[in-house]
Amino acid sequence: MKPRQKRFVFIAVAVAAVAVAVGLVLYALRGNVNLYFTPTQVFNNEVPQGRSFRIGGLVEEGSVKREKDGLTVNFVITDTNKKFPVTYKGILPDLFKEGKGVVAQGKVEADGVMHAEEVLAKHDENYMPPEAADALKKAEAANAASKAAAAPSVAVPVAK
Amino acid sequence: MAINWFKYSAPTTFYGLAGKLIPWFAISAAILFAIGLYIGFVVAPMDAQQGEFYRIIFIHVPASMMSMFLYMIMAGYAALGLIFNTRLSAMMASAIAPTGALFALISLWTGALWGKPMWGAWWMWDARMTSELILLFLYLGFIALHASIDDPRRADRAAALLAIIGSVNVPIIYFSVKWWNTLHQGATIKFSGTSMHVAMQQAMFTMLLACWLYAIAVVLTRVRSIILERERNTTWITELPEMKR
Repeated sequence: MKPRQKRFVFIAVAVAAVAVAVGLVLYALRGNVNLYFTPTQVFNNEVPQGRSFRIGGLVEEGSVKREKDGLTVNFVITDTNKKFPVTYKGILPDLFKEGKGVVAQGKVEADGVMHAEEVLAKHDENYMPPEAADALKKAEAANAASKAAAAPSVAVPVAK
Repeated sequence: MAINWFKYSAPTTFYGLAGKLIPWFAISAAILFAIGLYIGFVVAPMDAQQGEFYRIIFIHVPASMMSMFLYMIMAGYAALGLIFNTRLSAMMASAIAPTGALFALISLWTGALWGKPMWGAWWMWDARMTSELILLFLYLGFIALHASIDDPRRADRAAALLAIIGSVNVPIIYFSVKWWNTLHQGATIKFSGTSMHVAMQQAMFTMLLACWLYAIAVVLTRVRSIILERERNTTWITELPEMKR
């Protein structure tokens, strides 16, 4: 082998070795690299007991309730499989909305509710103007309506 | 017609070529920045959820992409320099590092400015942000390591090894939002296409192209200075017209 081929092999082996090492480290840490736990993981007791942790998911539709002091908010985080109630006293970020992503950090107290110290909104990857978002919602509603209307007539054979 | 690819791998010939190319890249970068910012801030509609705040993506996304692209190119040049022992490759790697570090810093900074009003936090130790911060440290480490060794050829080799090993981090940044739960959202621009509004796409890709041209212009300018500095004792430098005054 020429010296430059030797150097090439050396570099390739070094990069491969480091990649494998980093891969193994990240694999070992996979639980810790995640920023939050899902409600399902909370129900499976995978979360630290009696300590503060983060829970993430969607804010359940219709679950956001403000108390009379105007600051305390109660809502439910769902991953569409399990749900978990959260209470938070403070100012919510702009993107906090029902049906949207959220990450809450806090402790679960004896009442079985997470008392959050911090609530963060998680943005999704969709960028569109408000008119397009409206049109999308209307189309979805129309689709649902036409499906409901079409359901009884499924048995009717379509003439071709 | 056979092209001699190795002709411009010598600093002697590359110096002149780079000098001729710089104005073209610089001028087209300036024009595209103006067009991109105009489309981004005037033509593109506001976002349904974020309102006007989303416009940070026209700077944040191109800067983040450039910081990763430039790292891979820097590592590529560093590898070429190590394997073939070519002088220019190592000089290119050192010329790319400050621009890459700048883009990484812009990416982190604009992300923080956007994160406070949107998420409710300047910073979160999630996988995407932490790995991008490591990328900035890799750039700074490359520059510092190169500067700390007096003999330029030895400095090239040591820094090149750091650059090559650090390239493992780039795929981690890219896939971090897929592999783990992060606060940072997933990829909008995927290999399979994008759901983004057309004017927003145009603004973002114009800005990305402008960033490329800017990066090329700046790197070529910087590599010319490095060539002058490193080859100052050679006869071809003393024979340059700009040296005879």
